This record gives sequence, structure tokens and C-alpha cells, in this order.
Amino acid sequence: MKHHWTTTAFEINDETITVSYPTHHTLLEVLREQCQLTGTKHGCELGECGTCAVLVDGEAVLSCLVLAADLEGRKIETVEGMQQANNLHPLQEAFADLGAAQCGYCTPGILLTARALLDEQPDPSRQEISEALSGNLCRCTGYHKILEAVEWAASKLRHDEVAPGDEVFYGSKPENSSG
Amino acid sequence: MADPIQESRPEAPNSETPTNPAVERRYISKPFRRVDGRAKVTGVTRFADDLQFPRMCYARLVRSSVPHAMIANIDFTQASKVEGFLGSLTGEALPVPFGILPVSQDEHALCIDRVRFVGDAVAAVVATTDDAAYESALEVKVDYEPLTTIASVEEALETPEPRIHDYGDEGNIHKKVSMRFGDVDRGFAEADLILEDTVYYSGNTHLPMEQHAVVAVPEDDDRVTIYSSTQTPHYVHRAAASVLGLEASRIRVVACPNGGGFGGKSDPFNHEIVAAKLALDLGRPVKISLDREEVFYCHRGRHPVHMKIRTGFRKDGSMTAQHLQTTLDGGAYGSYGVASTYYTGALETTTYKLPTYHFEGVRCFTNKPPCGPKRGHGTPQPRFAFETHLDKAAEKLGIDPADLRLGNLAEPDSITANWLQLGTVGLRRCIEAVVEGSGWRERYGKLPYGRGLGLACGAYMCGAGLPIYWNHMPQSGVQLKLDRSGGIALFCGETEIGQGSDSVIAAITAEILGVDLEDIRLCVADTDLTPVDLGSYSSRVTLMAGNAAVQAAERARDLIAKAVGERFEIPPERLVFSNRQVFDVEDPDSSISFQEAMIIAEARFGTLGTVGSYTPPRSPGRYRGAGVGPSPTYSYTAAVIEVEVDPETGLYQPIHVWVAHDIGTSINPVLVLGQVEGSVYMGLGEAMMEEQAFRRLPAHLSNALVHKMPSILEYKSPTFLDMPPVTTYLIEEPDPKGPFGAKEVGQGPLLPVPPALANAIYDAVGVRIDQVPIEPSMVLKALAAKASGEIGRYGPPPFPEIDFGPTLLVPTPEEGGDGTATNDFSSKKKSKMRGATGTMSSRKDALKSKGSSLTTEN
Amino acid sequence: MLRLPPFSYRRAESVEEAARVLSGEGPSARLVAGGTDLWPNMKRRHQQAETVVSLMGIPALSGIDTGNNGEEFRIGATTPLSAVTRDQAIRDRFPALARAVASISSPPLRNMGTLGGNLCLDTRCTYYNQTEGWRRAIDFCMKEAGQICWVAPSSPKCWAHSASDSAPILSALKARIRLVSAEEDRSIAVADLFENDGIDYLNKRPDEILTNIYLPRTSDSNHCRSSFWKLRRRGSIDFAVLSVAAVVWFDDHDRVEEASVYLGSVASRPLAVPEVSEALRGQPLNPESIATVADRARKAATPMDNTDFNTQWRGVMAARYTESALREIAGLEPSLQLPRHQMSF
Repeated sequence: MKHHWTTTAFEINDETITVSYPTHHTLLEVLREQCQLTGTKHGCELGECGTCAVLVDGEAVLSCLVLAADLEGRKIETVEGMQQANNLHPLQEAFADLGAAQCGYCTPGILLTARALLDEQPDPSRQEISEALSGNLCRCTGYHKILEAVEWAASKLRHDEVAPGDEVFYGSKPENSSG
Repeated sequence: MADPIQESRPEAPNSETPTNPAVERRYISKPFRRVDGRAKVTGVTRFADDLQFPRMCYARLVRSSVPHAMIANIDFTQASKVEGFLGSLTGEALPVPFGILPVSQDEHALCIDRVRFVGDAVAAVVATTDDAAYESALEVKVDYEPLTTIASVEEALETPEPRIHDYGDEGNIHKKVSMRFGDVDRGFAEADLILEDTVYYSGNTHLPMEQHAVVAVPEDDDRVTIYSSTQTPHYVHRAAASVLGLEASRIRVVACPNGGGFGGKSDPFNHEIVAAKLALDLGRPVKISLDREEVFYCHRGRHPVHMKIRTGFRKDGSMTAQHLQTTLDGGAYGSYGVASTYYTGALETTTYKLPTYHFEGVRCFTNKPPCGPKRGHGTPQPRFAFETHLDKAAEKLGIDPADLRLGNLAEPDSITANWLQLGTVGLRRCIEAVVEGSGWRERYGKLPYGRGLGLACGAYMCGAGLPIYWNHMPQSGVQLKLDRSGGIALFCGETEIGQGSDSVIAAITAEILGVDLEDIRLCVADTDLTPVDLGSYSSRVTLMAGNAAVQAAERARDLIAKAVGERFEIPPERLVFSNRQVFDVEDPDSSISFQEAMIIAEARFGTLGTVGSYTPPRSPGRYRGAGVGPSPTYSYTAAVIEVEVDPETGLYQPIHVWVAHDIGTSINPVLVLGQVEGSVYMGLGEAMMEEQAFRRLPAHLSNALVHKMPSILEYKSPTFLDMPPVTTYLIEEPDPKGPFGAKEVGQGPLLPVPPALANAIYDAVGVRIDQVPIEPSMVLKALAAKASGEIGRYGPPPFPEIDFGPTLLVPTPEEGGDGTATNDFSSKKKSKMRGATGTMSSRKDALKSKGSSLTTEN
Repeated sequence: MLRLPPFSYRRAESVEEAARVLSGEGPSARLVAGGTDLWPNMKRRHQQAETVVSLMGIPALSGIDTGNNGEEFRIGATTPLSAVTRDQAIRDRFPALARAVASISSPPLRNMGTLGGNLCLDTRCTYYNQTEGWRRAIDFCMKEAGQICWVAPSSPKCWAHSASDSAPILSALKARIRLVSAEEDRSIAVADLFENDGIDYLNKRPDEILTNIYLPRTSDSNHCRSSFWKLRRRGSIDFAVLSVAAVVWFDDHDRVEEASVYLGSVASRPLAVPEVSEALRGQPLNPESIATVADRARKAATPMDNTDFNTQWRGVMAARYTESALREIAGLEPSLQLPRHQMSF
């Protein structure tokens, strides 16, 4: 079948970017291939892993299942738009410092999903963070460092920063073991 | 603004150090931001599929839709009509076989005459867009002549013909191993209790979030660059040179940062070679980006292993003998399978004193995607068998499971019955930590019905003692370029797969030279530019690349110290490198900057550069098969899991995990914690839900044998909501063989998790589940059996009768052996031929070495 | 990367326009709302379309009208699932619906998927929800291009199952829907939307557009209480392998007037279990009466090997979860561990 093409002016990371793309292409493809915004990754292209999550009007959506053609006039935010000038977002800082990004492949989707959560709920419980991020699979971290990083970033954003405890950096200390 | 981490840090624990003890450490044992941290949180890290080049085109592999068949015809007529179609490729164009092991050169870039599983690559099409390549691939028509299909080890044993491969030990048996260390019969005769168990560990896969991708770019004059998501650029380099028929110096392999590997990207793959071939043919960059289903077909994951374990115990809990038998369902190709087979036996002796040991294993070919190395390579399966077996023995002997293990601990620096040289052993402190943390002494065996605790341990290698291609060259190299800028360029072939290896070599170098991480520029995993490192597998990078970095950095430090010492007339050994300064330890107030020191050194010696390399010590084992298992040292782990089980449904949930890992020395504790927690996660996934399952349709209706659910939806990887809290203890028993005393962490902490879960379920509801993943239906069945007076157990069928072939007899060190077998007359003849196999002249050498595998090394 | 095949795309601005396009294009056209079902199905090539008509540009189709002005409680068909779960009126008056919708897939997907889309969710099967290449390897199946239902090879019908979470609870709640086409505008009970056939599972012509879902005036109170239990492997992402939706109406003496129980994922439609209602009518809802009816759910359910988990065990779980749902309604302590993945509600 012949490809139809569409031209759209997108609002991506507070910039207007006008691109032409095959109409059947998803936001994921257009971001990566037309806009060169390869920070958005993909793990299944079927809505099953959360890797490709981006924000549309502040809500996390899976870019692999959104047609780009539906997004004229919507505000799109990708991982490339998270930092302000050269300053990392507190979530980015915390993820980098706690090793919440290991291979880093699921990281953009998780950062953005976490950002949407913190915008709505500045002081989430660990259970709330787990639920909000439960559509984002990570194979490296076992999720703990991610939970700790989101909590740390949330506290920084609330300006009531409590640095994570020593166990977050060094592990727990056995009390009476020999040696 | 001050780095918030730098402030609230307790003192680092002491350990062996090659730096001046007068100076406090800057990085080692401190939590620092990983060197690739910023790139990974900003989307700047470029994974293979992120690369784009002008005129890049896209290829797609056409994969077999039948499990076992001869290829009758391939028709591209319709495929070539797709708009954008540029060309096609079939197996005849790339007739040279390849494979990761010299003994298993059994893969082709595209199948030549026969397909061996659903998903085997038969042909390739290339087009101007990825859409067109996909449409075109769907239009390729392949005719097959079906062959008998083999789905399991049992079928492989019963069906010697047709052979899936025309090599291997016999019929569809790829490899048979039988090795006996010491007088096992006497050991059993001395036992007060002999226990026998049959257990099963299902196959599972790595499921890296990043699907494999490759871009091949033709360069001027018959050269090609291959950018790939590979853990082993060196082996891709070898295979590509061999199959493409190009000299290795004409091929550049760049391993992009891997979006997760876990062993799944350690083989050379057909998509890498096909992309390179098409790029050379078309003169255009060619990308192949696999979809998720194809990743399941690449596989190389955990072998399904059926095991029979029999152990003799004295009343005091000490062990007298063990006999372990394993079968491995290998899938359609060799991959690392010969090594995997040995690994199902090799590390049983590393945790506890086992004076005599008999191991027998067999790997079969089946018409399924090939199995290979996944985190823990071949050892989680027998570790599950051993640690659940010990739990049963403890009960029979009336000894607490923790005490049974504490009473049997392997001795540090000892040589095991199968001739592995151990290093430091932190297992006692690991067990003590999790026992205390979990309240084991007060709670084990005493929790209300439905709640339980389970304990298990494990050990893992810090890099394989022998390279895959046996040679005398180093396994890892580091090169430093230093100049008047004060900056240091660090070149190393190691591959960052998320584990933090870039940070490890950078931190070691920065520590020794007393500079900031920001002063170091890394160039890694590029076969044109970096010294060879064999790859990110077998938990080798921290120890091997780390030691190479130590050597290169110390040489650089000594060179600079010599120049500075001469200039200021100070003995060089008095010079200390710290805080980007060089100063006299006896006059700390007079210092010069590191940059000034380099200017002095560059003026004194000319252009500055140093190299470091690492070759592991020779292992004491000399018998055929002794090549698998040796390592410079071993890491140790213990874990306790608390579980809640609902006896009405069999549903269970781990409530908490306590895990203690003997890391030697943490290079960066925050990254070590991440590896431990990630290993626990992956171990729980395997124990609870992950399975590489297959489906065969009714034989009278269909010949189909397919992966049951090759999707990320149906391959069950635990989510945030499935992961219990984990308390992690880092136990530091520095080992002088590791850089700054460091040992591995990437794989070992997975090992105790599946058996600890099974043991916890027993403590909770009193039934044994002798296989993983543990389905709630299995728990319910075992409970029903117990309620009706039968044994409360769910497990695999009996272990099959197998002829494992002649047994190699190896006296143990205790018996006064010398590391050789007393009855092996075949292995000594071949040793002369292997001198050059480590060179990159490849194919001919690979063939030459076919008879002399990694499993032979004297 | 798995991609969509090309198609022509129409964003309708009104229901009338969408209906007109559907009627003009015939069966080669398909409707899309959130796309979380259609796009994966089209990427795997087991659903095809030359023209796709989107309803997402029709503002009137999205939104919740709580019926405070004496109108009906209405949820627009393209209301995102996350908007349904966030709505306080729904949480207060139809908590089992809120819980069911909150259990659908994962949070980002719920920001995209719609309630109407979830009701019309294509039936699922592990022989069907696979790529073109995989389906070739089994020579396809009855639901798409093949001859045989591999779940039950001698069966004349397709056994793909209904995995919608909203369908069983909306059926149990006696919700109704409005279907609009170029020719007709009709309203039917949600329970009547479905057929027990994996292929023709919807009692809706392809040219009909589901526009609204209407909830009954009854809501959780002393006289009507509801519950929803869902079984799946993981705490998120997964479809149900079994769900139990139960709504019980009580008389003034706290005896059961009616008990509406529907099972999800064990048939090609939400499966009504009228035997439960028959057995409970006139009885108090207590441990004894609940224990007698749980097995009826197990007998009614025919879990097949078309999704995750052992089928026999899913049958056992049909009884256990029915019991649990009814105990929850009766205000009794759960007889077993809660669903392993406790959600916020």
C-alpha cells in the first residue's frame, strides 16, 4: 500500500518542530527518526514494557502506541527536555548518583513517568511510586535504586531534602558478624 | 554546588591498596557518580539502534517458520517488488561457519541447506526503509522439506537420527562429560546419611530491555565498521573476519553501550555478519534492528537442566562424597554449550568442603533456539539442586540449615577436589549477616503456618581462568595516553553493559594517579583503537581490566615520579599523587600540580604512554576439562528469603530478601549494591515466573514446535509491584588477586535466590518444590499430595538412564594427586598445535583448534 | 522495530462523520480510540485496515457525567481509563468498577486506553496474539486466516477469551451502552454486547460506534455492594487470566435479593454465573452460603490453554476468587491472601 504522508508542527520540549512523516508512523518513530531525539528508546513496540514512555500534556504515554498524527497542538516532552539549560533535573541527578540507571535503556521512560508522578503527587509513598512505575520494566536494577532515587528527587523538589541513609550508598551493616 | 553524595559519607573500610597509604582514597570504596551517569539520564548515550548515517538502509532477516527441515527453494520474486527493495542475501554467499567456541563452529550467517528451529535465519532482504524491509521479508517464499523434530533431551537421546548437526559426541548428543575426583565410593561408604534428589530448572532468557541492533558502515578500500550491541566485540571481530573472508585488520568492531546483556549478547550473531556483508556489497551503511520476538530467537539463555544429586553426610553434617548428574537441553546450536555443560558441575566444590566428587553431564541438540550463557552460566541450576538438597539434609540430620553450611565452609586459599584454587572466602560473614538480619535464629521453623524463611548460598568466578581461544596473550589490556594538558586518555577493549565497567577502570586509574574522574577520557570497546579485552562475560572485567588498569596507571605514575623526582632531587618513592597534585610525602606543603608533573615528564621522556595487561594465574588442574571453572578468585553470597504462602491457592509472595555478598573490596559500593539487587531481582524472576517455554502442536495435525510466547508481555519479567524489599550487606574480604582486593558482583548474587525461595516455601507450608519456576499450582498439588498422605513434593520425573561415557579419574589434592587424570591418554598429544590460535588470523586457526577445545589445557 | 503497516487515517470530528466514513468504506475500515488494542494487533498483522477512523477528535465522546441533575450516570466511550479511575463519583458509587479499571494493564497505558475500547477489546489467545511470522509457523488459527482452533483442535468454534476487565463488572452492574451508526441509534445492556464466540464476540455491527456507557442508579450502599477480583501473574501490565465481578443487591432484612456474578477470561465473553444468584436468593450472605456457591463458579468456568497459568488451577481459582469477592461484599475477613498485588484500592 502506498504510504500517506503527514506534516505536523509538534511542540516538543518547548520547541516547535515541523516534520513530514509517513502517516502510519508512531510518535516513537517520528521522535527517533525524523527529530533525531533518540533518547526515547523502545523495548517491544507493543505497549508491554514502558521503555518508550514520553509525556504528552504532562501525562506519561507509550510513544509506540500513539500516532504522531494525533499530536498536533499537544505538548510533548522527552528525556532530552528534562534538564534546564545545563542543569539536570533532580530526578536525573538522583538517578545518576544512585546508580538507578545501570544500562540506562529503560531510564528515559522511567524518568518521565516519575516526573509525571511527582508533578501530581510531590510526596509519594513508596507504594505509590511502585504503582506509578509499574508499567516500566527494568532488568538491571531490581528497582530498589530507582525507588530510592525517586524519593530523593522528590525530597529535593520539595526543598525538604533528606539525604539518603548510609545503607543506600554502602549497604546495611551487619551488627555482630565476625571479622 | 557541592556534590551531595560527597558529604555524608562514612569512612571507607580498609583493604589492600596499591596506592600510598598516607593518602585517603578519593574514589575506591566510595560511592561516586558513574562516569556514564549523566549521559544515561539525559538520553545522550548512543545505543546501536540510535546510530544513523547518511544513505543508511535497513535489512531484515527472514526466519524459518518450520522447526527442522531442508531448504528446498527460496523465492524473492514478490519480495523484490516491494517499493524500496534493494537486494537479498542467502546462505551460499557466506558459507564459512562460525560459533563462539572453537569446538562448536556450527552456525552460518544464513542457513545454507537446513533450518534447525523456528526463528533460524534463512535469508535477508535489504531496502531503503525499515518498513519496506519488513514488508519485503514477509513476501519471501521459502519451501521446506520437513525433518523429524526433536523437542527435548529425552527425544534427543531416543532419536539419534536425523542428526541436527553432523558433529558432537554421538547422535543428537552434543557433549558428554564424566569426571570423578577422588574415591567417591569410599566417600559414600563412610557416610551416615546418603541423600538423593531429582530436580529441574527450566530454561529462561535474558530479556535485555534493548533489542539487539547493528549498523555496519563500509569504509574506504574494503574495510567495514560494525557498531553492535555486543558484550564481546573481540569475538564478533574474529567471527566477522572469518566469515567475511577479510583480514581482521580490515574490520573494526565497536561495541556500543549495551542496553542490558546478562550474557545474551556474548555470542557473535548472524545479524552482525549479514549487516557487514550487505554494507560491503551495497557500499552503504546497513542497519538491522531486531524486534522483540527475534531476541527470543537469538536467546543463548539459561539451559533447561534436569539433575540428580546424591550426597553422603556424616552425622556431624560434614560431607563425604557427591555424585551429580545433569542433562542440558541445548537447543539448535553449540553456542557456549560445551562450557555450559562443564559449568553445571564445576563450581559445586567452591562453597563447602567436598572431599570427593563425581560429575556427569550431557548436552543434547534440540530444535529450539540455542541456549548459552546467562548470568551465572550453567551454575544456578546445580546450585538450586545443591542448596535445596542441603536444606533436606539439615532436617534429616537435625542440624539448623545455617549451621550445616557454617560447619562445612570451604577453606580460603585451598584447592578443591576438582582442582580449583580458591582465594579469600567471605562466606562465613555472609551467612552470619543474613542470619542475623533476618532474625533466623529466633524465627526459622517457628513462624506461623503460611510464613517461612529459607537460606541458601553460592559462589562465582571472577573471570574465567582461560580464554576461549587458548593462547599466551593477555586477556585484558589498558593503554594510557598522557600529555601536557593534564588529561589522560584511557583505552581499553572492555564493554559497558550497564554493570559499570567504564567507571571501574576510570576510578582505578584516577585513584592511582591522584586525579579526578573528569580528567580521564575513556575510549572503550573499539577493536581499531583499544587494546584487546575479551568482553563482558564470566564476571571478568573488574578483576582483569581492573588489574590491567592498575598496571598501566602504576607505570604512568612511576614514569612521572621518576621525572619529577629527578627534577626536584627527591627519591621518586617519596612522591605522592593525590588531589591532582604531586607532593613529597616528607614535605606535603610543597607540591606541584599533576599537569605540571606531566609537563616535566613529557619534557624528560618525550610523548607519554603506558600500557597494562592482565593474564590470570595458571590453575593447578591439568585434566581434560580442567579449563572450565578456574578463576583468579571467587565471590561468595548468602541469602535468606521470607515468604508468605496461601495454602488455599498456592499463591505465594516473597516478603523480604536479606542478601550478603563477599565483594572483596567495593570499587564503588553504590554500583555494587545495584548489581546485588539486580541479581536478586533476576533470581526471583527465574524462581517465580520466567520461563522460555515451547509449544508443540498435535503431531497428527502439524509439525510445529514454536516458542510459546515470544513477547515481553507473556515472558514474565517481574514489575515494580512484584519485587520485595531487599536488605543488602556488602562483605569485604579483599583478595590480593583483585584490583584493590576487588572481586565480582554481577552474577554471584543471583545464585542463592531460587533455592532460598524453595527452602522458604518448605518452611512456610511443609512442601518441597523441586523445580523452578515455582508455579502456585505446584504448591497446591504438593499440598494436596501431603494432605492425602503422600510425600508433600512437586518435582520432575525421574532422571533418565544415560551413558555418560568413560569416566575421567582424577585424584584429589588431599589424595596426593598432581592435577592430572590417571586414565586420560588422549589429551596430551594435541597441545603443540595451538600456539597461534589466539592470533587474529582466524578461520584456519579456528579449524585447527577444533580438536583442542577450551576444555583441554595442558 | 515492529511497525504499523500503512493505512489511510481519518480523524472524525463528529460521531456522524465517523459513522458516515464507516458506512462508506465498508469492512476495510476500522475504528480506533486509544489504540492500545488495535495498534498492537495491526503491528502483529492479525488485524488489518485500509482506513482507520479515529474517535479521539470528538470531544463529546469523552467525559463523565455523574447524573446529579437527574440524568443518567454517563461515561463517554473515549474517556481515558485513568480518568475513570480518578473520578471521585465513580470511586464512591462504583468502587468495583474503579478497581477493575485501575487494574487494566499499566499506568501509562491507562492514560491512553479508553473505557469503550476496553469493552470492545478483541478476544485474546496465545495462538493468535503473535506476529505474522509466528502464526505462519502454526499455519495460522481459526480466528485469523487458519482452519483450526489450536486451543481445542476438534472444536468448531474459536476459543479466544474475553480479557476485558471492564466488561465483567459493567455486565454485573447492569450497565447499558449506546450504539450509533448511519442507520440506527440503539441502546443495549453491556451484558448483551457479547457473544461466546472468539471470532464474532461482539453483538455489534462493524459500522456501529459505541458512544456512551450508562451506569444504573443503584450504587454501593447497604442495598447494593460490589466487588472485583483479578488474577494475573504480575502486579501490572498483564491481562487477567481470571476475573470475578460480583454485585449483590440486598433486601431490607439484609438477605440477598439478587447476586450478579460474571467471570472474565474464562470464556469468549464475560461469563454470567446465574447459579450463584439462584442459590443465594433469599439467603443471608455469610460464610456458609458463600461456601456453597463458590464451586458453582468453578463448574461454570471453562478455562482453556489460551493464556498464562495452568488451566486446572485457574478453575480452582475461579472458586476461590468468587468466594473472596462475595466475602468482601459480605464484609467478612478474606478467607485467603488478598490478590498478591495490593493496589491503592
